[in-house]
Amino acid sequence: MLWIAIRMLTGDAQKFYGLVFGIAFSTLLITQQLTIFVNLIERGASGVYNVSSADVWVMDPVSRTSDVAYALPSTALDKVRSVPGVEWAVPHIRAQASVRTKDGDLEGVAVIGVDDATLIGLPKRMIEGSSAVLSRPDSVIIDDVGTTRMFPGQSPIGERLELNDQRAVIRGIADAIPSFTSTVVLYTKYSQALNYVPGTRNRLSFVLVGAADPAQAKALAERIERETGLKARTRDEFAQDGIDFIIENTGIPLNFGITVALGFIVGVAIVGLTFSLFIRDNIKQFGALKAIGVTNRKIRRMVAVQAGLVGLIGYGLGVIGTVFFIWGFSSNPTFKGFYIPWQIPLVSLIAVFLILALTGWLALRNVLKTEPASVFR
Amino acid sequence: MGTPIDTSAIGGCKPEAAICTRGVTRDFQAGQQTITVLHGIDLDIRAGELTFLVGESGSGKTTLISIMCGILWPTLGEVKVFGTDIYQLGDTDLVEFRLQNIGFIFQQYNLIPSIDAANNAAVPLIAQGMDRLEARDKAVAMLEKLNIGDQADKLPRQLSGGQQQRVAIARALVHEPRLVVCDEPTAALDASSGRRVMDLLRDVAVAEDRACIIVTHDNRIFDLADRILVLEDGRITHDGTDVPEGH
Ligand SMILES: Nc1ncnc2c1ncn2[C@@H]1O[C@H](COP(=O)(O)OP(=O)(O)OP(=O)(O)O)[C@@H](O)[C@H]1O
Ligand SMILES: [Mg+2]
Repeated sequence: MLWIAIRMLTGDAQKFYGLVFGIAFSTLLITQQLTIFVNLIERGASGVYNVSSADVWVMDPVSRTSDVAYALPSTALDKVRSVPGVEWAVPHIRAQASVRTKDGDLEGVAVIGVDDATLIGLPKRMIEGSSAVLSRPDSVIIDDVGTTRMFPGQSPIGERLELNDQRAVIRGIADAIPSFTSTVVLYTKYSQALNYVPGTRNRLSFVLVGAADPAQAKALAERIERETGLKARTRDEFAQDGIDFIIENTGIPLNFGITVALGFIVGVAIVGLTFSLFIRDNIKQFGALKAIGVTNRKIRRMVAVQAGLVGLIGYGLGVIGTVFFIWGFSSNPTFKGFYIPWQIPLVSLIAVFLILALTGWLALRNVLKTEPASVFR
Repeated sequence: MGTPIDTSAIGGCKPEAAICTRGVTRDFQAGQQTITVLHGIDLDIRAGELTFLVGESGSGKTTLISIMCGILWPTLGEVKVFGTDIYQLGDTDLVEFRLQNIGFIFQQYNLIPSIDAANNAAVPLIAQGMDRLEARDKAVAMLEKLNIGDQADKLPRQLSGGQQQRVAIARALVHEPRLVVCDEPTAALDASSGRRVMDLLRDVAVAEDRACIIVTHDNRIFDLADRILVLEDGRITHDGTDVPEGH
């Protein structure tokens, strides 16, 4: 009987493709939008992810994220170093600055000052040059998004910039996760950064801490807070803070939520209409099958197989479409590092299942209600 | 001429009756009105006979045989098919009973458009759980008996009305049901095809433990009947071996 069910479905090519298209389109809309949403808000944590070696971030109690930070007095570094369980602690500057390019354009950049001695605070991988270039005077390392933004189609190596009336020479490109705003990022030594950032008395943004026992980072953060009166967050907590900040302070969740809901509604509409039309067109055949001796249970199973088949094909196409989309745009800095978390295809699978279960159930009610004799009149 | 109506049937059902109806009444709702199409039909259909049911259009023939084959619930009365009180069965049991015991051909064939003639004819066997290819072979053999073996691979829309009707007949007979019910099985056929269908129905459906009821207007085949019943306005008015004047 299931074979017959499938033939009934594929025999009507127009509706079959309509159904597959409807499901594929909804899946694409839901999967793709959720993927962009998740990746985009994760950008709120890029500053934390780029410094993966820090177990704990220490900051002023009012600081909220890696980009929204209030400066600390430089004595904070020694206070943190004296807390038991701290393996190492290094200073970290993150500040906004304006840069004049060679052509005279003005560009807002983020200047990140990393520890002079250990270079902790620099992204792990370099695309061009090595981290050692920072030991040369006036050196900065630009991130790859900055390269495509400020120097499209050319190498930035050797380019001179003017920062706070100081000279800076780009000597390397870092492989970094872009920030939420895709700001150009310039990495330099802490001591150098102090010159690039317009001066106030306190310019230390964070103290980055390595724990003696990384598994105990949470306990260490609490101890640092108790003993120094500063705010201390573990890497994971601070990453989450950055994500929460984006969620709370932008319209992004709402906008994407609307698109995802639209995907679902479009799915229900297209699939619902086509599926119920398909069932209605076949109601006489289903009625004849019932009369001949096919139980309601078997008819339900036939419709489930029909729904399952279009569901699987449509869902597969939708997910493949999303993969191609992400892959096709992977060279675009906006989409750099985008990935599809496994939960998202699962969510769209559940959405597809709900769409089909809902429309299938509605369409089937008529079939199950028909008195077999009525189809022979 | 017609014999008087067999009133001895009224009372309990005889165990040897293939179909036995007692007080079968059926109402339909037409807007606010209730119309009674069958008025307390008491009938015994004997096994081993070819029974014809004739009557004017609208007299209730299709309604009566639908009730007899378990696809239309009577408003009142009981129907026993080979001793089983079919409307006392649960829904699923009744469906299963039809699948095992009843074959029918109605004026609407309702063939499945996307599968070929042989597979359409094989549907009851497939529904019974037979392997699809084996079922198809049996169906092809049945189509051959109906003289349309060469059409087995065609889709219903590629067939003429008479060919489609024979596919429906094959579907009704392929699982060798004990009761075969036909509504105008020869209406779309020429005389020789009609004869052929009737011969086949006799072969397949008329035996010791089987029964066959045919609704027909086709006076070309009246001579084949073992028994002819006349329905007028929902009542049996004639029961005999020949047709009364005017039918
Ligand atoms: N589902 C229904 N709803 C309303 N009225 C019905 C229904 N089924 C049958 N009727 C009515 O019952 C009467 C008998 O119908 P039925 O189909 O049994 O007649 P018939 O003898 O088979 O006629 P024909 O020779 O034209 O096929 C008709 O008046 C018809 O309008
Ligand atoms: Mg009729």
